[in-house]
Amino acid sequence: MFRKLTLTAATALALTTGQAIAAEVETHIEDFAFSFEGPFGSYDQMQLQRGLQVYTEICSACHGMELIPFRTLHDEGGPALPEDQVRAYAEGFEIFDPTLFDGEGDFRPATPADHFPASSLSNAPDLSLMAKARAGFHGPYGTGISQFVNGMGGAEYIASLLTGYEEEPECALEGEPMDGYYNVAFAAGGFPDSCKDDHGKHKVPGSWISMAPPLYGDDVDYADGHSTELHHVAEDVSAFLMWTAEPKMMARKQAGLTGVLFLTVLSVLLYLTNKRLWAPHKKKKH
Amino acid sequence: MSHADENPGTRRDFLYYATAGAGAVLTGAAVWPLVNQMNPSADVLALASIRVDVGAVDPGTQITVLWQGKPVFIRARTQEEIEEARAVPLSDLPDQGAENANLGDEAEATDENRALSEDGVWLVQMGVCTHLGCVPLGDGAGDFHGWFCPCHGSHYDTAGRIRKGPAPRNLPVPVASFVDETTIQLG
Amino acid sequence: MAGIPHDHYEPNSNGEKWLHSRLPIVGLLYDTLMIPTPKNLNWMWIWGIVLTFTLVLQIVTGIVLVMHYVPHVDMAFQSVEHIMRNVNGGHMIRYFHMNGASLFFFAVYLHIFRGLYYGSYKAPREVTWIIGMLIYVLMMGTAFMGYVLPWGQMSFHGTAVITGLFGAIPFIGESVQVWLLGTPNGAIDQPALNRFFSLHYLLPFVIAGLVAVHIWAFHTTGNNNPTGVEVRRTSKEDAAKDTLPFWPYFVIKDLFALGIIMALFMAVVGFMPNYLGHPDNYIPANPLATPSHIVPEWYFLPFYAILRAFDQEVWLVIAVNWLSFGIIDAKFFGVIAMFGAIVVMALAPWLDTSSVRSGRYRPMFKWWFWLLVVDFIVLMWVGARPAEGIYPYIALLGSTYWFAYFLVILPLLGVIEKPMTPPATIEDDFNAHYAPDDAGSTTLAKPAE
Repeated sequence: MFRKLTLTAATALALTTGQAIAAEVETHIEDFAFSFEGPFGSYDQMQLQRGLQVYTEICSACHGMELIPFRTLHDEGGPALPEDQVRAYAEGFEIFDPTLFDGEGDFRPATPADHFPASSLSNAPDLSLMAKARAGFHGPYGTGISQFVNGMGGAEYIASLLTGYEEEPECALEGEPMDGYYNVAFAAGGFPDSCKDDHGKHKVPGSWISMAPPLYGDDVDYADGHSTELHHVAEDVSAFLMWTAEPKMMARKQAGLTGVLFLTVLSVLLYLTNKRLWAPHKKKKH
Repeated sequence: MSHADENPGTRRDFLYYATAGAGAVLTGAAVWPLVNQMNPSADVLALASIRVDVGAVDPGTQITVLWQGKPVFIRARTQEEIEEARAVPLSDLPDQGAENANLGDEAEATDENRALSEDGVWLVQMGVCTHLGCVPLGDGAGDFHGWFCPCHGSHYDTAGRIRKGPAPRNLPVPVASFVDETTIQLG
Repeated sequence: MAGIPHDHYEPNSNGEKWLHSRLPIVGLLYDTLMIPTPKNLNWMWIWGIVLTFTLVLQIVTGIVLVMHYVPHVDMAFQSVEHIMRNVNGGHMIRYFHMNGASLFFFAVYLHIFRGLYYGSYKAPREVTWIIGMLIYVLMMGTAFMGYVLPWGQMSFHGTAVITGLFGAIPFIGESVQVWLLGTPNGAIDQPALNRFFSLHYLLPFVIAGLVAVHIWAFHTTGNNNPTGVEVRRTSKEDAAKDTLPFWPYFVIKDLFALGIIMALFMAVVGFMPNYLGHPDNYIPANPLATPSHIVPEWYFLPFYAILRAFDQEVWLVIAVNWLSFGIIDAKFFGVIAMFGAIVVMALAPWLDTSSVRSGRYRPMFKWWFWLLVVDFIVLMWVGARPAEGIYPYIALLGSTYWFAYFLVILPLLGVIEKPMTPPATIEDDFNAHYAPDDAGSTTLAKPAE
């Protein structure tokens, strides 16, 4: 048993090697222009509402968001749905309440204070934090400098993944048929040997993902008349998932900006104070 | 102040005061979040207000719901209960205040000031004895056909007012309102 | 307290005398705050204040976070998200704490390299240096255990790797690992989370205690300074020519620097708080799935690179393995190398044989020093790279230089290098840059003058 643990540790160490290969997989991440990018960017309320609609009508069939309370849909800076709509939306979900039925628990309609349900499929990850649990941009050469310029790219990753389903490359047809679906944005999936060159290097980007393409375009009807092309639907739901992952982003940026400005002013004052204080001791040389 | 007659001493003092002032403001701004984080958080506040479906509560029955960790009695009173409560003169009451959070402190403990609805049917009150915090028994218990606290024998009437026993005050009425005909919002 | 001669606190009023004869705390604070400080200190002497501030920041935000955090495997992750979503201002407090760890290490590395360049470790400041190294090691332990607490994927599997290091110790490794984790099969579970939480709360206060001793030590020896020349202690007047009191001259200077650094820090927290973190730690811990990419936080990377550099292909490892009858295998060798890299740094006071303290007057040393800085950065980069292709060679080369710098170059340079002559006094150095001080031998701060 113990040996096994030591082995785990050893594998974990060794995995940094394996990981490397995964990290070297080339993926196509498109740099979507989201409204919340940059120091002054903020969430687009209508986009978040559209994204919520896409999540509700499509994603929620398999994926849950158990960290997100319904009440936050009313939050300012977020989707900001009116309170009665939030209540009506929550009532569309049934949740298990252990306090009901004399402590044996029973199902009841959800209230705004409840959370979204968890995933209904065991291999469908929870989406609450997905936009922070994935990075769209890496490198160059493991330095992460591209993130300094582009941001982490979690939302870009999700949007690219949703639009990244392509025809299987020809090399994949030569070997054993692959499980899953070919996706150019997905790095961590299965990959056929027939698509690797002699050094094990991948000849085509991406890998095979087990999630079937969830969006095809025109999957939803938007009340605000926004385009329902695949590209736009993917963008909307990605923006919504960025909000679920980081609902306080606006407050954070505001605090950051205020802090930076105020600290700069204080630093200037301290610089002048310091200069004046030292002036009698630091005379210019003649 | 023109540049020529500027007093260097004053200008220097001003710089020092400005720096110290800015530092003090910044310190305050940094301390406030550390204090504020102990105030009730959003998830707790979300439970400060709950909705109760009373559609299934017939006259002469009551339900007990848990609200913010405390029991709340919601009773649909019968006409006899209402009449019994309204017949009591104020002078008979040990506590003549309504103890109703929806009304002011001055409100008198008339039955009209205790009941939630105009017709007097709905009575909503905290299920915690004002003596030492036991949960009183309901459904016409006690000498006054209202509630009776088994711990030390406090008797409440059909409007939840203390009539006999050690409890000092009427059962408090929480902030409550009808959202629609069959839904009461607490808080 | 021995040290540079200067005016000490004298109680004046009856109240002050009453307190002073019972508890001389005002005197202690006065002497600490008014300590004569070499007046030629440059901008690399700000990191001590930055570090002190960061320690306070981490302790304060940490205590606040504990009010909401739940150290239970089923609730730890959710409780962190509760802080991020529900607690008033909780997201800022948590991001401050999270990035505060990075600020801490950023500052400590600059602090350490400043010490290495200006010879601050050399006699008589060895004790200050050793205590500093102890603080650094405790910081690493604290940071590691703090990283475990959110109970994300990186927390969990990082714990497996780090505790696995102790498992590499011959004979007793397995018992040590069982003892560390509190489970018979070495599984990482509730016992580990609970004790790491306890220690993560405790160690910062130990660090705070050591910081007090660190300051006590260099207040006894006096600060080093860019020339490495000691403050004259022949008389109070001589000392006053070399120094200015800490308050207000250096406090204001340091606060100015702190303001700039906090503005940058605020920008990181406000606009890119997750830049230095790892996305996988936003996935709840799952013992059944290892993330494809286990990499420590950036501040551990140089030592992580040294850990991995010595694999079984390296002839030194093969030789040691053979000589030790197989007891020291490649894995244990890596562990020894990693801790050894810090030990050799701690031994610098005795490995450096040069008669001149400051690197400013050591023409050859300068080159080797800057190569060490480059080496450190290269090791940090290569620590994040896969151990394949050319990277292991770079890591091995970098690790070798790290050891060579302390074990070979520092001792040899003292013999073969011909240093320049430092100025006779700090006053001379100061006056080489500024006109003579006509404010007189100011020992008292009178900013209103």
